[in-house]
Amino acid sequence: MTEQTKAPPAVTLAALFFGFSKIGLSGFGGVLPFARHYLVETSRWMAAEEFNQQLGLCQFLPGPNVVNLAVVVGRRYGGLAGACLAPFGLLAGPVAIVLLLALLYDAYGALPQAQSMLRGIAAAGSGLLFAMAFRMALAIKRKPYFLPFTVLVFVAIALLRWPLPAVMLAGIALSGAVAYGLLNKDDGGGE
Amino acid sequence: MNTLLELFTEFALLSFVAFGGATALLPELYRVVVENHHWMDATTFAHLYAIAQAAPGPNVLVVTLIGWQVAGLAGALVATLAMCLPMSVVVYLLFGHWDRFKGARWQRAIQLGVAPLAVGLIFSGATLVGQSAGLGWAGWGFVLAVAVFSTKTKFHPLWCIAAGAALGLAGVV
Repeated sequence: MTEQTKAPPAVTLAALFFGFSKIGLSGFGGVLPFARHYLVETSRWMAAEEFNQQLGLCQFLPGPNVVNLAVVVGRRYGGLAGACLAPFGLLAGPVAIVLLLALLYDAYGALPQAQSMLRGIAAAGSGLLFAMAFRMALAIKRKPYFLPFTVLVFVAIALLRWPLPAVMLAGIALSGAVAYGLLNKDDGGGE
Repeated sequence: MNTLLELFTEFALLSFVAFGGATALLPELYRVVVENHHWMDATTFAHLYAIAQAAPGPNVLVVTLIGWQVAGLAGALVATLAMCLPMSVVVYLLFGHWDRFKGARWQRAIQLGVAPLAVGLIFSGATLVGQSAGLGWAGWGFVLAVAVFSTKTKFHPLWCIAAGAALGLAGVV
């Protein structure tokens, strides 16, 4: 809270752009940990407490969290221009790299070697996703109440192949209602 | 033009239910681009995910690659913009107002309720990527090995990616 009332350090638009470019290029399979490190420890644009506060909003809303974070930080230090430049910096480098890879894929993707290599990487990617889901499942609070929702979503999406928007809206209504009730019983204990 | 417009509307709509980011959207992206629009086959979808995994950057890049596959450079930019822009606008407008509803009972209820759903989505995405890659028994064995290895150790995920590439090339997976 106190950090917010303090005058923010002067950060130029160029610094925002290059800072977020650095963040965007620093990690594989997600860059959130690198964003925290850069913003809080390297550049010291934000105190840890403020970072958590802003990240809370970005993670609460749907959409790519790191992009949302770039908008928030960009706006704070550079207004509308900053809110445009920070996410642009975040994405420009990685998008350029991934498009170069796409060109390679167009040219050589049909080769048997490329096909086998990509199948192997996809298998690794699938394994990493399972690990991520497992870690997230362990972190779920009030498991007896909420793990059934995880199972229901899996059945609806992976097995029955129902459309995700409908499943998510119904899920938020039901799971949110359960959460609302639980929070009533032990107000403040849910977090 | 028509395809670009479709791409934009489909992805912009999806961005509103992207709780858990682009990763949680994988199953729906698959449904939309492979099953509904037939913009690519399942194998290509798995390949694009593999490429996104092997490149640096935020998770949203898989969307960029899908856009590229559907409609070239314009498709890549339109898909990325559609996924990022709507919530960027919302987050821009909510900036400074978060304090007002942060901690409210409904806000905490949604936060608590959404997490298990996102986990279900990521389990689904993991299953789907493996399925669409056309893995055999050895392939699924490797998926399991990576999942266990990544859960139990702190090695950088790139090691798993490199191992996958090597085993794929060797014809094991």
